[in-house]
Amino acid sequence: MTEASVEIRGVYKIFGPDPKSMVDLVKNGLTKQELMDVYGHTLGLENVHIDVAHRGIQVIMGLSGSGKSTLIRHINRLIEPTTGEIVVGGRNILEMTRSELRDFRRFGTSMVFQRFSLFPHRTVVENVVYGLEIQNIDKETIADRGQRWIDRVGLSGFENYYPAQLSGGMQQRVGLARALATDADILLMDEPFSALDPLIRTDMQDILLSLQEELHKTIIFITHDLDEALRLGDNIAILRDGVIVQKGSPQSIILEPADDYVAAFTKDINRGRVLKVGSIMETQRLLDGPQIERDMAIEDALQIMIKTGSTKAIVVDNTEAVGSVSLDKLVPALARPEISAGLKD
Amino acid sequence: MDFQNPPMMDRQDLRDLKKSIDLGFRDFSRAYGEDIESVFDPLLYFLVWLEKLLLATPWPVVLLVLALLAWFGARSWFVVIGSVLAFLLIGYFGMWKDMVATLAIVSVCTLLCLLVGIPIGVLMARSDRVQSSITPILDVMQTIPSFVYLIPVVMLLGIGKVPGLLAVCIYAMPPIVRLTNLGIRLVDKEVLEAAEAFGASYRQKLFGVQVPLALPNIFAGVNQTIMMALAMVVIAAMIGMQGLGQQVLRAVNNQYLAVGFMNGLAIVALAIIFDRISQNYGKRLQKHLDGGDD
Ligand SMILES: Nc1ncnc2c1ncn2[C@@H]1O[C@H](COP(=O)(O)OP(=O)(O)OP(=O)(O)O)[C@@H](O)[C@H]1O
Ligand SMILES: [Mg+2]
Repeated sequence: MTEASVEIRGVYKIFGPDPKSMVDLVKNGLTKQELMDVYGHTLGLENVHIDVAHRGIQVIMGLSGSGKSTLIRHINRLIEPTTGEIVVGGRNILEMTRSELRDFRRFGTSMVFQRFSLFPHRTVVENVVYGLEIQNIDKETIADRGQRWIDRVGLSGFENYYPAQLSGGMQQRVGLARALATDADILLMDEPFSALDPLIRTDMQDILLSLQEELHKTIIFITHDLDEALRLGDNIAILRDGVIVQKGSPQSIILEPADDYVAAFTKDINRGRVLKVGSIMETQRLLDGPQIERDMAIEDALQIMIKTGSTKAIVVDNTEAVGSVSLDKLVPALARPEISAGLKD
Repeated sequence: MDFQNPPMMDRQDLRDLKKSIDLGFRDFSRAYGEDIESVFDPLLYFLVWLEKLLLATPWPVVLLVLALLAWFGARSWFVVIGSVLAFLLIGYFGMWKDMVATLAIVSVCTLLCLLVGIPIGVLMARSDRVQSSITPILDVMQTIPSFVYLIPVVMLLGIGKVPGLLAVCIYAMPPIVRLTNLGIRLVDKEVLEAAEAFGASYRQKLFGVQVPLALPNIFAGVNQTIMMALAMVVIAAMIGMQGLGQQVLRAVNNQYLAVGFMNGLAIVALAIIFDRISQNYGKRLQKHLDGGDD
């Protein structure tokens, strides 16, 4: 793993009148339900550890109420942990003073929200430059940068519209431009595209990916949609009732779901299209057979092998052979994995 | 045990208690009345200056300003023409001078209420403790019969413009405080969170997000404050406040039917004009919310 720019270490979040005194009980094995029934506190997050890779997209997935929004709001301290550490760029942000925190929010992070959270009384351009105004930059720079980001997200011509006059997709473009305009390294996105129609959502994902190619931000992206997670995520963490149940690459989560909860997420996807040859190949080299790129989908690899009539193929990474696959490896990968009894709960 | 009459303080004691309160307050007002009065001097000067200014201004200019104000506030020819016509009629029936006095006092009162009331509302919105300690005071201000607080005001400051002004303000202030507080508290939490996430300071949140988004409610408060100030002019006339209210009072005392009706209707006309202008302005402030283009 590369240099981690956001590290969440042992974070617990308990909601209620006296959360601090509940931590030890929870650490000693009190369950979420007992905490609720006996002590009247809500367990929001339990012992969460995540290292977010520098300049990568970390997806956090989970069902409604699993604590995703709670978790992402810890990274800019919109929510304070009950206990634990959050280290950003080597610095424990929980030790920041109020004004340091303000600067951290102004220059270090920015955020995109599920329901857009645009300022209804400000026009598109005024929304986009909000973060810059807060930084007290001079007017010309503000106008320049505002216009650049408006053009970049394809909102030219709508500068003087109010948010209420725009469609959802356009509003979230404003939200995205507003977040990018401050040039912060860390981008926090709390289900930014969940409220959009599927087509618009794919559009927005494209925009995000193409922006990421040139900007290389560290992005924490929340979603409950596995397709979106697979499309965007370099890494995925799965949250259930405040607990991280699995962390890993998208491929490993599909191939080896840690439990039923994760398996339930992955059961409806088209495995042939999503799984890559590279993630199931063997390292044993072959001398002959058709060549297949390692990030080719299984579906396409099968197509080639059936056409050429071979049962084995050489896996290459830019013409250099890195391993091999055989039909009896490819075909079972299409089936949903059994959950081993030991992992069930 | 006597169940017909509830237990009661000894009559003599009660009389002494009331007397000592009265005397105590009288001594207090003798000692400090003048000082307290001088605190309000700037207000008095301002009021007198405004009244003189309005009287010295040629009437066509007053009408022009009124028309502009109506247009700026309501953007409706109907309101503009109605206001000008009403003022012309008031002048025609010989009530111009009294109307100007009423106009001046209502303006000064409203200004004072906003100056004091809006910051209090902001403080209330910021802290639940402040809110729960100020709300009962506002309740008292709104429900206590006006005549009751006229007594100490008169004892302290005598009869005249300033006590009238204060009496009106006590009555008219609560709506602007309440609606400022309410408006700020009703601002969408998610929008506020966005401001917070971008590192806005308290002031930046207050002036950049909360107050602008609360403006429609704050304006409803301004509107109500003006209306209540107008409603008070007759009662305040009892302690010497000049204007249309004074004429109504004179009419009541002497059974002058025509004078009473004319001045009463003039007050109603002022109320309607102020109401339309400030209400329509408040409505236009929230236009950005419904996607209408402008
Ligand atoms: N301020 C709070 N007080 C008490 N409980 C809270 C508070 N905030 C969140 N919770 C609880 O914490 C849990 C996680 O909430 P959270 O909003 O983080 O979920 P989420 O994964 O973002 O869900 P969604 O997909 O619906 O947005 C929920 O059970 C919620 O009831
Ligand atoms: Mg959420």
